[in-house]
Amino acid sequence: MVKLTIGEKAWQSTVYFILIVLSLLCLLPFLYVVAVSVTPESEVLRRGIVIIPESFTFAAYKEVFVSNGIGQAYKITLFRTIVGTALNVFFTVIAAYPLSKKYLPGRSTFLLFIVFTMMFSGGLIPTYLLIRSLGMLNSPWVLIVPHLISAFNLVIIKGFFEQLPAEIEESARVDGASELQSLWKIILPLSMPVLATISLFYAVGHWNSYFDAIVYINDANLMPLQVVLRNILLNIANQSAESMANTGTVSQFAVQMAAVVVTTVPILIVYPFMQKHFTKGMLMGSIKG
Amino acid sequence: MQTKLAAEAIPISKKRNSWIRAIQKYKVMYILLFPALVYFAVFKYIPLAGIIIAFKNYNLALGLWDSPWVGLKNFQDFINGVYFWDIMRNTIVISLYKLLFGFSAPIALALLLNEVHTQWFKKIVQTITYLPHFLSWVIVYGLMVALLAPGDGLFNMILKENGFEPISFLTEPAWGRLLVISSEIWKDIGWGAILYLAALAGIDPSLYEAARMDGASKWRQLWHVTLPGIRGVIILMLILKLSHILDAGFDQIFMFANTFNQEKIDIIDTWVYREGLERLKIGLATAVGLFKAVIGFILVLAANKIAKKFDGQIW
Repeated sequence: MVKLTIGEKAWQSTVYFILIVLSLLCLLPFLYVVAVSVTPESEVLRRGIVIIPESFTFAAYKEVFVSNGIGQAYKITLFRTIVGTALNVFFTVIAAYPLSKKYLPGRSTFLLFIVFTMMFSGGLIPTYLLIRSLGMLNSPWVLIVPHLISAFNLVIIKGFFEQLPAEIEESARVDGASELQSLWKIILPLSMPVLATISLFYAVGHWNSYFDAIVYINDANLMPLQVVLRNILLNIANQSAESMANTGTVSQFAVQMAAVVVTTVPILIVYPFMQKHFTKGMLMGSIKG
Repeated sequence: MQTKLAAEAIPISKKRNSWIRAIQKYKVMYILLFPALVYFAVFKYIPLAGIIIAFKNYNLALGLWDSPWVGLKNFQDFINGVYFWDIMRNTIVISLYKLLFGFSAPIALALLLNEVHTQWFKKIVQTITYLPHFLSWVIVYGLMVALLAPGDGLFNMILKENGFEPISFLTEPAWGRLLVISSEIWKDIGWGAILYLAALAGIDPSLYEAARMDGASKWRQLWHVTLPGIRGVIILMLILKLSHILDAGFDQIFMFANTFNQEKIDIIDTWVYREGLERLKIGLATAVGLFKAVIGFILVLAANKIAKKFDGQIW
């Protein structure tokens, strides 16, 4: 190790300082949201800004779950995330496999057919009219089927399949394995990292999207978590008569913050498990593609 | 003449035969591919064909076929509309600001992280700064409410405690663009840095050693070793972002815009949504969507062409 000069030491300290400030800027909003959500209104009135509460209350959380339909919204979001991601990955993989075979006649035409949709699309209105005429409005499946396959993810998986050594599969085929067997028993076990990454992309997309539900769904019972949170944040009247009578002890602001916490926590729980995969995925998506 | 026609006919039937044989031989492969082709045909190509609505005065009751043709009227209405320059300006200005600051911030973060040699510290900073990327725009807006709401938002509490008037950051038009751009940087600075960190890791350490031997300062090392080492990635990302200049961030702005700050942050996409699905001017909204799609398509093709010159491909 080369000895550091004074100038270099100063430089190092500056770098650490900036990075610490930056990390705090990323964390601060979360701390404040949690603090507000559990602080009783009386304490806020007494103390003003509360970062570390002296007393706790879960009244805001009770309000969120009882009156704002978060429980039902959770079910819808879990449905679209779990079922949706499973279907996304299944249909993406079975299409990526044939497209990864350079010998397949028509391959480049099919690829162009798919990649073109990444660059040019009919846009929001024609898509809406299509969904409407398919009778899919107000169905939970409208949150899944219109985004069944992402051309981008398909291209990433295809690229990964292509760079697997062909010899492994060939020897299995010589031993009499069918295409399906070789996909299931040889290709997929070797592709676990890329499958994890792609599943993660699909799942995060499902968990976070809200606009499709706003456009395609009217039924309050089919609204996913993000839409319910949005309504709470924008004070869009959506509460049942029961909750109107119930308010008073909890401030609307605390309820909003509790709703933010309830929606964010699942992401925080799975985040450490995802971390291993997403860096790789980010690099695959951007450089190779 | 007769023989010539016959000679031409043979390759065609041969070609057809070879297709049938290929399908028989790779039957399983085509079956696997089939659902994807149906999906893209239905959910991507039918809407693509639906852009003919842009040339019609579409009426929900009449439907696609019976609505009258109006030629380019929808496009003329759009370009002559009072809102045209507003939404074009908003879209491009927000995009350019995002490009200027949102593009350079991750590079700066990556350069800073690259200076850190304490692995655990680096890991913690990365873990924290990557996190916001995985939050939805609804949640990010919720965090903005926490910080900036006029009544109880943290900043406004601080302002009030120090005797200032609270500021309506979330509804004041003057704050709209700053809000949109800074929250985008907050969300994606860490995620964007990943790519540059990977590129930085690929720089040969002996180059730095040589530079130090020659007495090069930190700044000179940055200028002559580090930046040239990641120039390729920077240029690629820049071209890619430029090609999406008309995508100013629908999911974000749809969440952040309200009737108060709309004048400053209403972009093409949010306008299309309101005009088409709320005011049911379907022909006009489709035309505007098509206008945007065509420009976007040309930009992406151009970007890819330029990127190839820089020894890489975007998609």
